[in-house]
Amino acid sequence: MKIHEYQAKELFRRAGITVPDGKTCSDKSEIASCLSGMRMPVAVKAQILAGGRGKGGGVILAKSEKEAVNAAEQILGMQLVTKQTGEKGTEVKTILLEQGVNIAKELYLSLLIDRDRGGIVIIGSQDGGMDIETVAAETPERIIKVHINPLLGLQGYQIRELIFGLDLSGAVAKEFAATLKKLYTLFVSYDGSLVEINPLVITKEETVMALDAKMDVDSNSLFRHPDIKEMHDSSEEDPLEVAAAAHGLNYIRLDGSIGSMVNGAGLAMATMDLIKQAGVEPANFLDVGGGANAEMVENGFRIILDDPNVRGIFINIFGGILRCDILAEGVVAAAKKVGLNLPVVVRMEGTNVDEGRRILADSDLTLTNARDLKHAAELLAAI
Amino acid sequence: MSIFINKETKVLVQGITGKEGRFHTQQCESYGTNIVGGVTPGKGGQDVDGIPVFNSVADACRKTGADATMIVVPPPFAAEAILEAVDSGIDLIVCITEGIPVMDMLRVKNGMAGKKSRLIGPNCPGIITPGECKIGIMPGPIHTAGGPVGVVSRSGTLTYEVVHQLTEQGLGQTTCLGIGGDPINGTNFIDCLEAFANDPETEAVVMVGEIGGSAEEEAAAWIAANMKKPVVGFIAGLTAPPGRTMGHAGAIVSNGQGTAEAKLAAMRENGIVVCESLGDLGQICKTTFC
Repeated sequence: MKIHEYQAKELFRRAGITVPDGKTCSDKSEIASCLSGMRMPVAVKAQILAGGRGKGGGVILAKSEKEAVNAAEQILGMQLVTKQTGEKGTEVKTILLEQGVNIAKELYLSLLIDRDRGGIVIIGSQDGGMDIETVAAETPERIIKVHINPLLGLQGYQIRELIFGLDLSGAVAKEFAATLKKLYTLFVSYDGSLVEINPLVITKEETVMALDAKMDVDSNSLFRHPDIKEMHDSSEEDPLEVAAAAHGLNYIRLDGSIGSMVNGAGLAMATMDLIKQAGVEPANFLDVGGGANAEMVENGFRIILDDPNVRGIFINIFGGILRCDILAEGVVAAAKKVGLNLPVVVRMEGTNVDEGRRILADSDLTLTNARDLKHAAELLAAI
Repeated sequence: MSIFINKETKVLVQGITGKEGRFHTQQCESYGTNIVGGVTPGKGGQDVDGIPVFNSVADACRKTGADATMIVVPPPFAAEAILEAVDSGIDLIVCITEGIPVMDMLRVKNGMAGKKSRLIGPNCPGIITPGECKIGIMPGPIHTAGGPVGVVSRSGTLTYEVVHQLTEQGLGQTTCLGIGGDPINGTNFIDCLEAFANDPETEAVVMVGEIGGSAEEEAAAWIAANMKKPVVGFIAGLTAPPGRTMGHAGAIVSNGQGTAEAKLAAMRENGIVVCESLGDLGQICKTTFC
């Protein structure tokens, strides 16, 4: 789960990590009062979850109060388009107004889960403020990676590796070490999947400060982080995805025309691939779960049908513990209930499959039974 | 022969008194699995459908001689359940639970280093040696005993699909297992491939991967260097949008890493017979293995 920059900075502040003084503002009429008492320059920063805000025009450094008011009025409420938002962009509902700082040096620092090694990795670079993937691709020697065993925690020599690699010394090195320790503790205690500070700056006053803050928290850990759960902002998510999540369905919207409903994530992905290979485009990923019931199927139908691009539906169910006859009854009942009027291809296999197929065939719905996956692909291509 | 489990395996169920735990215990038992006990702290002394319940894994092991355990406890307690099983020196731990925090699994993974226990999962359907022993939530009847094919997969229902197609083609299975859809898991592809390579009854292997991470690439390189038996490979997620978690916590293409294309290319380069369309899998196995 992603959280906003201002939320991450609040966590940083509480952890003792220095961040610029700042205020959030969500109402144009409050811009002036938010700015009162702030020294210039002021950074005006759009608070959306998508990355690439700076290049998209969502971050402005204002040198005067007039510039700050203009920038704030311009950004607050705008549709911000970045490389991650898509063409329509994302409405900026909140801005962060931050006190400008005297930058002496810009660094890059991030912590993330290293799934291949089963640990935590810290990445540092002297090329702060730049796109780190570009730095890694073009000048890999400027990237420092330190691998942490989570049972042992962050060791002194590992901190020193970063300090020397980032060419820090004296009081700044000491402050960097303290900052990194706090950040590591924050990352672990909040079940971070990513913390990225780009840039982490050394100010002319020799303070180490997180000028930016990006933090993702493991969604599976939210049961023990009610404060983070409260930070969840679903306004940037697709409304159908939000509705599906509320029903406990695993749904991701795509831009094709063939909706699909599948039990199990792996089979759901393979089903999307099959739709594409049949020459049509998948409209979604939908995993109704290994233990899907009639209610889940009905909710799944509703979500798929709420997508106006959908011209046909492919139901691909491997009945195991969940028997095909029970599932077929669920499909028929749900289809009637939601007034299904699109072509539907059903491919069903597993326990009690013959009975399941008979129930589908005897219903007065326009369902086509596929004999197997190959037959299903042919039927899909014909929609 | 088979890998990791057989008809001698004595199985515990951690979380046996829960609704899911009880249901799947019954399913495993009726398949023929030798379930010797269950563990639910605080419910020691009770029984579930005649199976004795113990307060701790250590206690259960002492009294039953169990050498495997199936974990069906909720995510907040699952990592600890694994560690408890490891501490009891149990040989095989099969963790079905989905939704364990990654940070917990990092501790488990590193804490298990050097210990004798093998972990399968988490977030997996389990393992089955058809006709002998089923430790997991997969439907038993789709399997065919006697080999010659071993199946290893990161997925659940997709594995059932593969097994079903093998059975339809008259190809039986030695052992089928899901290694789980989480980013941090126990037993990996290479562990299973090595076991299949050493199992005289397994003559061929189907390996089912999906987007995310680099386990398939590493396995493909291992196969090229070590595997003498034919391997058919399938990867799910060619159409998955980048940056999105596709149901399984580990199924995500991030920063261009972990794509289906890269995995398929690694498989091809290393001599694995790639199945591109799921509908063809059974047929391809028949052609390749027979």
